[in-house]
Amino acid sequence: MAETVLRIENVNKSFGGLLALNDINLEIERGKVHAIIGPNGAGKSTLLNVCVGLLAPDTGEVTFNGGEKIIGKKPHQINQIGLTRVFQTPEIFPDLSLLENVMLPALSKRDGSYKMSIFKSLSDEEEIENEAIGALETIGMLDRKDTIASSLSRGDKRRLELAMCLVQKPELLLLDEPTAGMARHDTNQTIELLKQIKEGGMTKIIIEHDMHVVFSVADKISVLARGAIIATGTPDEIKANPLVREAYLGGAEL
Amino acid sequence: MLIFTAAVLSMPIWLDPIGANYPDLLQKFAIFGIFAIGYNILFGLTGYLSFGHAVFLGVGSYTAVWSFKLLTMNVIPAMFFSILMAGIIAAGIGYVSLRRSGIYFSILTLAFAQMFYNLAYSVLMPITNGETGLQLTMHDPRVIDVAFSREVPEGLPSTDFFGISMNGYSGFYFCAVMLILAFFIYLKIFRSPFGMKLKGIKSNQKRMKYIGSDTRPYLITAFVISGMFAGLAGSLMAVTDPLAGAERMQWTASGEVILMTILGGVGTVYGPLLGVGIIKYLENIFSSINESVLNNFFSFMPQWGESLLTSLTMPFVGEGWHLTLGLLFMLIVIFLPGGVMEGLQRIKDSIMNKKNIEESEATAKESSDG
Ligand SMILES: Nc1ncnc2c1ncn2[C@@H]1O[C@H](COP(=O)(O)OP(=O)(O)OP(=O)(O)O)[C@@H](O)[C@H]1O
Ligand SMILES: [Mg+2]
Repeated sequence: MAETVLRIENVNKSFGGLLALNDINLEIERGKVHAIIGPNGAGKSTLLNVCVGLLAPDTGEVTFNGGEKIIGKKPHQINQIGLTRVFQTPEIFPDLSLLENVMLPALSKRDGSYKMSIFKSLSDEEEIENEAIGALETIGMLDRKDTIASSLSRGDKRRLELAMCLVQKPELLLLDEPTAGMARHDTNQTIELLKQIKEGGMTKIIIEHDMHVVFSVADKISVLARGAIIATGTPDEIKANPLVREAYLGGAEL
Repeated sequence: MLIFTAAVLSMPIWLDPIGANYPDLLQKFAIFGIFAIGYNILFGLTGYLSFGHAVFLGVGSYTAVWSFKLLTMNVIPAMFFSILMAGIIAAGIGYVSLRRSGIYFSILTLAFAQMFYNLAYSVLMPITNGETGLQLTMHDPRVIDVAFSREVPEGLPSTDFFGISMNGYSGFYFCAVMLILAFFIYLKIFRSPFGMKLKGIKSNQKRMKYIGSDTRPYLITAFVISGMFAGLAGSLMAVTDPLAGAERMQWTASGEVILMTILGGVGTVYGPLLGVGIIKYLENIFSSINESVLNNFFSFMPQWGESLLTSLTMPFVGEGWHLTLGLLFMLIVIFLPGGVMEGLQRIKDSIMNKKNIEESEATAKESSDG
């Protein structure tokens, strides 16, 4: 039996009268890529928001690494225990260079939530800089390390954000639609990137609309519809599940 | 850094041609320089616009004068206590104000500034001596000076640094050394991981939180440090002129440092200092011009032209110098939002471009020749 990294138990969340999450129970296994799919408005982003402390659920519990409670912790604390997240709209540092964008998460990981390192010089941070350079190399943007991030294309911004998360070497990485709004070519590049980092053995939760992406990278898939999980299984099981086709794919063949 | 040190210490020489080399003005450059670079640590790095920094200037001045009155005329304890007091009060104001960001933060700091300003004229009268301002008197205790039985001069004593009186040029050099020390710390902060995190907060605070940094203590630290810089500036004001009044805490004084920072270039290393230089120099010139000077200046004109031009320019000089400042500020913000530093950068870029083009033309020619 594989080890559980994240356990979501009986989570409920409603906005006004709308039940966005309806009694969610889910276990994420170490080293696996777990995809969450479902139609628009199914509650996928809401579920991730609960996992990183952006939203408090009405009831339920989320535990990390066999016991550490997530609910009630602040976002920076959740990050410090090993969860990092890519947002649906990229959250980068638009005014800073690519290198600085990737150095900051590395610094933050090393220094903890607060450190008054006023009399240290940035130019002495070779280790951090090397880590950042490595991460930029992974996404193939090292040649642009001094570019200001706001000038990047949308696809590049998303990949930059991915590098910012990867440089922290999190135990669990949460990705919210890493390829949304990307052109085919861009998407393929990102799939390659996701496959490449899959080999590192990092646990990931990935939300994705593009079935091509899901079936290329996921080890396990959960289907969310109207706030409830209607199926969890391997890609083959999900493809064969009639309930899923009904709810999500309108009966179409996969 | 060496160049900076040399430039500051030689100010009396290279400012001679523009007539700005007398100690009074030079001191102002140095003191407001400290105030502005401290302000830039908060505003330039984190983007939090405080309207209350004059409070720390005032606190610094009052504390310094009290130190002169109660302890000693030596400036070192005065500066020490000023920085300490400003830091403590900044921690309090920052703790509350930094619960909010953006415009709400600015308004909270403004509210604190007005509160302190009004308190200085009411409840805090025993400390601030109200409208008269806090002054030295003949029967101040000065316990340390008395304990070391330093000789008491006739009349009011003057501030000193272990025997060197802080008048004239020695006063300026003392402020200059303080500016250099402050600038050194400021530069360190700009180039530290801490400074980079502050830039991260300015750029995207949400991302900063989600990569694991607790942004609030970073902001409070930046606020306190910049408050301490302002406290030092305030105490130097008292060092060069041992008198403290509440007008130093009025919001216009906070407004002035914002103007200086923006005029020079927010978030740039040297911008705030340039801003201080420009504003203090122009203030000095414009506010000293009066009607007869203008009449003299336009005397080449026929009588009617002279009086017309004089009456047209009169509102912009003397007391009205703030009008000129306002105009200058508008022009900068509209045409050079990055301040004078951006202007310099543009000039540099265009020169570099020209050079590059020339060079590439030259190499092209060479290769075609060869
Ligand atoms: N802050 C909020 N306030 C009110 N309703 C919300 C809020 N956030 C989400 N919702 C609602 O909850 C439901 C689930 O939203 P969620 O963003 O989780 O969907 P999603 O599965 O991520 O959809 P998409 O594929 O479009 O990203 C939607 O009906 C949405 O309108
Ligand atoms: Mg979503």
